[in-house]
Amino acid sequence: MSSTGIQVTSPGLWALAWRRLRRDRVAVACLCIVAVYVALMLGSMLGLVAADWEDEAGVSYARPAFAARLQHRPSTEGAAPAEQRAPAVDLSDIDPLAPRYDEWRQRAGELGVTLQARSETLILGGDQWGRDVLKKTIKGSEVSIMVGLAAALIATLIGTLLGALAGYWGGRLNDLMEWVYNVFTSIPYILLILAFAAVLGRGVTTIIVILGLTGWTGIYRLVRAEYLKHREREYVLAAKAIGVSHAKRMFAHILPNTSHVVLVQFSLLVVAFIKTEVILSYLGLGVPVEVVSWGTILAESQDELVMGKWWQLTVAGAAMAMLVTAVSLLTDAMRDALDPKLR
Amino acid sequence: MNPVARVQEPDTLVDVRNLGIGFRVEGGSVQPAVRDVSFAIGRRSTLALVGESGSGKTVSAMSILGLLPGNAVVAAESRILYDRIDLLNCHPVELRGIRGKDISVIFQEPMSSLNPVLAVGDQISESLRVHLGLGRRAARARAIELLDEVGVPHPHLRIASFPHQLSGGQQQRVMIAMAISCEPKLLIADEPTTALDVTIQKQILELLAGLKERHGMSLLFITHDLALVGEIADEVVVMRHGQVQEHAPVRAIFESPAHPYTKALLACRPSLDRRPRRLPVIDDFMAGRGQMPDDEPPRSMGGPPILEVQGLAKRFRVDGGSFRSEYIDAVKDVSFRLEAGRTLGVVGESGSGKTTVGMTIMRLHEASAGRVLFEGRNLLELDDRQMQPYRRRIQIVFQNPYASLNPRFTIGQILLEPMRVHSIGDDDAQRLGRAQELLGRVDLPPDALHRYPHEFSGGQRQRIAIARCLTMKPDVLICDESVSALDVSVQAQVLNLLKDLQDEFGLAYVFISHDLAVVRYIADEVLVMNRGRVVEMADSQSIYTAPRDEYTRALLGSIPRGYVPAAMPPD
Repeated sequence: MSSTGIQVTSPGLWALAWRRLRRDRVAVACLCIVAVYVALMLGSMLGLVAADWEDEAGVSYARPAFAARLQHRPSTEGAAPAEQRAPAVDLSDIDPLAPRYDEWRQRAGELGVTLQARSETLILGGDQWGRDVLKKTIKGSEVSIMVGLAAALIATLIGTLLGALAGYWGGRLNDLMEWVYNVFTSIPYILLILAFAAVLGRGVTTIIVILGLTGWTGIYRLVRAEYLKHREREYVLAAKAIGVSHAKRMFAHILPNTSHVVLVQFSLLVVAFIKTEVILSYLGLGVPVEVVSWGTILAESQDELVMGKWWQLTVAGAAMAMLVTAVSLLTDAMRDALDPKLR
Repeated sequence: MNPVARVQEPDTLVDVRNLGIGFRVEGGSVQPAVRDVSFAIGRRSTLALVGESGSGKTVSAMSILGLLPGNAVVAAESRILYDRIDLLNCHPVELRGIRGKDISVIFQEPMSSLNPVLAVGDQISESLRVHLGLGRRAARARAIELLDEVGVPHPHLRIASFPHQLSGGQQQRVMIAMAISCEPKLLIADEPTTALDVTIQKQILELLAGLKERHGMSLLFITHDLALVGEIADEVVVMRHGQVQEHAPVRAIFESPAHPYTKALLACRPSLDRRPRRLPVIDDFMAGRGQMPDDEPPRSMGGPPILEVQGLAKRFRVDGGSFRSEYIDAVKDVSFRLEAGRTLGVVGESGSGKTTVGMTIMRLHEASAGRVLFEGRNLLELDDRQMQPYRRRIQIVFQNPYASLNPRFTIGQILLEPMRVHSIGDDDAQRLGRAQELLGRVDLPPDALHRYPHEFSGGQRQRIAIARCLTMKPDVLICDESVSALDVSVQAQVLNLLKDLQDEFGLAYVFISHDLAVVRYIADEVLVMNRGRVVEMADSQSIYTAPRDEYTRALLGSIPRGYVPAAMPPD
């Protein structure tokens, strides 16, 4: 019971939570996956990875390397037998441009055109213009993850602030907030986003703002409930008895004690927003078509799927599914590690 | 395993031998909880397991029922023999047949032990139908009989009630009815009265004693309170740190305790009969220098009041439907005077409004009427800015040491915050010095400053909370059930600390408690509350020796007084 003076620095609650999280193998694996994604995204933003994604490195719809080995027979449907063609007819006497052909040919010969060697296969295949799907997906992660993180950050800030105010003060302010909340949640989500999109116009910033402004409701409710609970706790009453100001009680005393809720909600929002970005872009409400994101890739690939070009859809879908699953599992582990009740 | 195994005596019901239990902790190692515990429960007798929190008393008792948590590891040589069956090694089906039928249990918190969505009648009938195979109608009839037997009024109506519609005492009666429904041979009662008021506690104890006689049951009574044991037990096992310290008949425990720990437990609990200057603590006895200090003479009263409360009232609005408001008078017309350096005890049962008085004085609740004069200034009419200097001078220590410290702050931050708010000390270095000084004053190591509350025990946290108040050098300290959640030995330490601090700093205390013995020890004057009103107020000596009010008398009569030889039936 009596404490000795050996241990001077002691682990804080965050350190303890981190220790618990580290013992969870699934959580560590997920953390690594997320770290790789974030690293790739940062690398692509800084131009270290996938900077040459727009190079047309392969033929149009180059097959993925592994799939090409499976069925290496070249497709022959398009090449019709030559002998069935009608014999060439000499039209030079009626063609008014005929005298200039030689001159043009000569001039064209002066221009050095080096045709890039296009490969038949790419690691994970190519798109319509022969761009490497892998690099395109990495480039696309930039927008998708960025949108997810930034929008989740905005939504978390709004939700936490409003929840804290409503829960801490209660009374009229709480009634007002509840009213706003109810109005927001009564409008169908997609409709709300449509409305915002119509007013704000398209663009990456717009979609971040839209998602941030519409996604705060869930976190607001949870943070409000936490504040309702904590403001009656004895440590908050003790702070009031000491004479600590309202702002300090709200943000220095109570907020850190609700951090487990906020953090977990934040990562859930990241997941949800990455998916929403994809859905919106697919519907044509999201980022502009010239910007590459997982959503636009998926939108593009719906036509390709009909032609049997499945790889772009698979790669972008798998990339998203893997990240979303990793973040979800990590969130689960984080909730266990951070929740003070479980101790 | 045990070469000299005793033959099970015919009058022994359950024989626990060499019980050892450990818990597998996070790292994979096993933390021992109980070591080499042996005791026998005789037929038709009551055995009490006494110990403080963490002594292993509950773990020992639950192992009889096989109700140990999943990470428990039972030592190989442990045996629990019941009717020639080893309960630790028998088949789960066999154990299930015994559990609830031959051996049943009641827990401390009746509210969390009853299923909130089932009517109490259904909950009682369940075990009747499972174990005795009664039909629906027969089980219902038996349930009504049982409710009647445990003293629930109007049992034929109450059978359809849900747990939340019953009071705490009635809930515990329902739990007892469930436990005795199959005529068990052994009833295990785990702190059955700890969550109840003293008057209810007395009723429940009488009920248990009566049931035991009528049904010829044995009773295993687990408690932290030796005084309770004196009234109900035949034999007592005192446990500490997972080991049996003393095992003796109740008379021997009270009249000639052999083990220093038993002596210490008896001595460090404040009693109603004496008012010592200081309470002895466990360490004194373990070191062999324990003895009862002298009584303290009553202190003189009659100085100028530092705090005067006049006609204080608090009315809470409760929701009475869409367009109606209903009101509850939590506190009505409470008045008292408190002199500097003196202690006022406020006693009452749960719901008497005693905590609301403290909260209202602190302006943690807004009062509905009345005046709180601090050195003649009415605190209730000050605005926040004017109140600020008074906040420093009047402070509060709460009941629950686990809830009153912010878990995300280090002890250093907790102690520095009030000094920063009130600009006490020139800079943080000076404040840190004072914080360190105060930590020493409440017997905590200086390195505690960098640690977090969860690393400290309940008693240590309560001392941190006291140190936090002391940083502001208050004149009045309101202690709201401040020692109620603590073990007896720790309670003695904290009470001694409060007395020392009063002598040192001239603090005045408003000491709110449900525990009359503790109030007797610490208070100069006592105010008794019932249903929001003051029923009696007098100096501590006269209220305990000559109570005038009926309610005060009933309250005093309900307090367990330990072993009283005359009250015991002759053997």
